[in-house]
Amino acid sequence: MIQVKVKVFRSNPEQPQNKPHFDEFMVEADPKDKVLDLLHRIKWEKDGTLAFRRSCAHGICGSCAMKINGANMLACEANLKNFKDPTRITIEPLQSLPIIKDLVVDQTDFFKKYDIVKPYLINRTPPPTRERLQSPQQRQVIDEATWCILCASCTTSCPSNWKNPNFLGPAALLKSYRYNFDSRDEGIAERINVLDTNNGVWRCHTIFNCVEACPKDINITWHISQLKKKLVSREY
Amino acid sequence: MVIKHDVIIVGAGLAGLRAALEASRYYDVAVLSKLFPTRSHSGAAQGGIAASIGNVEEDHIDWHFFDTVKGSDYLGDQDAIEYLVTDAHPAIYELEHLGVPFSRTADGKINQRMFGGHTKNYGEGPVLRACFAADRTGHMILHTLYEQCVKNNVRFYSEFFVTDLMVKDNIVRGLVAYNMINGQMVTMQSKVVMFGTGGYGRAFKITSNAHANTGDGLGIVLRAGLALEDLEFVQFHPTGVYRYGILVSEGARGEGAYLLNNTGERFMKNYAPKLMELAPRDMTSRSIQTEIDEGRGINGESYVHLDLRHLGEEKIAERLPEIRSFCQKIVGIDVVKEPIPIQPTAHYSMGGIPVTVDGEVLADGKSQKVEGFYAAGECSCVSVHGANRLGTNSLLEAVVFGRRAGKSLTKYLSTAGTELPDLPTEMVEPALQRVEKFMTKTGKEKTGILRKELQEIMMSKVGVFRDEKGLKEALEKVKELEKRFEDVQIDDKSWKFNTDLTEAMELDNLLHLAEIIVSGALNRQESRGAQSRKDFPKRDDENWLKHTIAFKKDGKVLFDYKPVVITKFQPKERKY
Repeated sequence: MIQVKVKVFRSNPEQPQNKPHFDEFMVEADPKDKVLDLLHRIKWEKDGTLAFRRSCAHGICGSCAMKINGANMLACEANLKNFKDPTRITIEPLQSLPIIKDLVVDQTDFFKKYDIVKPYLINRTPPPTRERLQSPQQRQVIDEATWCILCASCTTSCPSNWKNPNFLGPAALLKSYRYNFDSRDEGIAERINVLDTNNGVWRCHTIFNCVEACPKDINITWHISQLKKKLVSREY
Repeated sequence: MVIKHDVIIVGAGLAGLRAALEASRYYDVAVLSKLFPTRSHSGAAQGGIAASIGNVEEDHIDWHFFDTVKGSDYLGDQDAIEYLVTDAHPAIYELEHLGVPFSRTADGKINQRMFGGHTKNYGEGPVLRACFAADRTGHMILHTLYEQCVKNNVRFYSEFFVTDLMVKDNIVRGLVAYNMINGQMVTMQSKVVMFGTGGYGRAFKITSNAHANTGDGLGIVLRAGLALEDLEFVQFHPTGVYRYGILVSEGARGEGAYLLNNTGERFMKNYAPKLMELAPRDMTSRSIQTEIDEGRGINGESYVHLDLRHLGEEKIAERLPEIRSFCQKIVGIDVVKEPIPIQPTAHYSMGGIPVTVDGEVLADGKSQKVEGFYAAGECSCVSVHGANRLGTNSLLEAVVFGRRAGKSLTKYLSTAGTELPDLPTEMVEPALQRVEKFMTKTGKEKTGILRKELQEIMMSKVGVFRDEKGLKEALEKVKELEKRFEDVQIDDKSWKFNTDLTEAMELDNLLHLAEIIVSGALNRQESRGAQSRKDFPKRDDENWLKHTIAFKKDGKVLFDYKPVVITKFQPKERKY
């Protein structure tokens, strides 16, 4: 067992006298523990007022994305032994979104951008009685893009998004790829106007922060570059 | 302020979203979730969704029918099961048409894999029936349904925690919820309320379930004085990661993974020689637990091995990538090179809110409908799973019965109209006061400690094997915890995003459910499916071929029963 000094960002806009600050907790931990285990120990044994999101605890629901020792990741996957110094952990909310309380951010804007790209299959041709056919190769084209769990790690790590909050951001663009490259989809004409703008794909300056932040190891920048290619070559 | 909608659906997993999609074609639909919709636990389902569409080899609706009945240990209602396996075909094709990115066969059809208890020709051997999208099937369907609901302008209320349902004169009126984002209590009024609130795995120490799976819908129904059905049947999934409980899909065994004991023996040959690792879950979990109890766990510890190594890296990467990823990231093992330590993990609730095949909630569990109240998915009991659910039948149930509920509530609105029934203010007040009381009362007990004690006793005494002595001990402990819970104090006194408050309310739900689970297990003096009594090791069709109906009245658990619907397959001895 090790002793971990955990610094946690605290903010409660409901209590203005209580200014944003960091609290420090000493937590006993196994080096195999995850940062989520630390947060639970703090909440359940030391300070019940701490607020954070979490649910599945194994990297599929996307609730517990936060900034840990300076990088966005899922707390449930953040293994203590993978940190250079597992005895000092600093936890902050995702950057660039308004704070509701402590580590809980307001994701309204993140999901508004998701809605804008029309993140759903558009196909007005009446379907066959059985499935629409799609070859394994056609399916492979969208595979990686379907792994996204909407945790917001990418968009909140993107400098273009910090600078210009109107940028759709990597998560929404990845979702746009997921449908625009689906062999069953017929909706690209409806999606093009929000993509082919200064705040669409062209605001991506291939900084790759999103790729580094993605807990599902999706090469988001590559997918955005494919969208750019599609627009430039007018393959739609 | 009162928020009004034609339809309010609580829960944004597969059942809730599928119903929302159906109803949103005609009516104003709101979906409430205590999470953001795509965080729902349906998304953690890995292996597949069953349908006998026969894309890869011969299959028939009737084979699926038989397997589900046999898998249920003959407690499943066969009229409902017939709908499950028949509606499976259109339900799967619709999902595909909506955009679900299923894995494909070489000729472009939906690909299918093997799963436990699904057989060809009435038990001859495993059949390729589970439609899948790698090992992310639940994730893909959940996201697709959410996206389609966005397309249909379904109104989502995310991070709304429902505290109480209002039913008066057997008519649903609305509900009370806590808006976690702005910290306000809200009253909502609607003609129709549907629950798709999921299970309660978090009543147990080792579980595959998310932290959110605290049986809130069931707790609310119980508090409203309505019945619950067959709650003693809790599925323990055979392959949870040792200590973590995280699910390793049966899809792994469907692709050929082995279960091995401390001598490296594929021990399933001693329990289910025909289906081996693809025996149904109740049987496989008992086999693993027996190996462990008899000292054949690895290094004498409480786990055995699930070995994927012989499948090879390429197949693992194509078919089971998510399992590989979380084993690497969370457990720290590479499944290509090492076997996975596993133990049975609390996974699924076969019981729930009694409903008709059209999702209408039955107040007395038998025939008395609650007008305007519907339920589907894991929180409901229709009952297609009886005493034991087959893998891939849960996603199917959520989609098929979510769809059926959506259609039937639409039909109800088209005849009954959308004029809202009166909101009984005398019911709103106590609901608000209950929450207020949580916020203000002082005491010496902590939610986290009580929950831990509950999870430990449920795991050790109400697990894979049960007996009278252990169950009585558990019942006493649960009652003690209920008593101590009255003394629980919340640290957080602010209203916004108060998870201290929501965790206390969740524990309240879990405690009352636990009492029903344990009482039901104690009451049912037989072994059937997931209920395995060491002191009553045989199935007893003469006395127990019936569903348990449980209520809570004046602090006491009351039981009633109803017969199983048997249409085609007479109960037989269950061998695999």
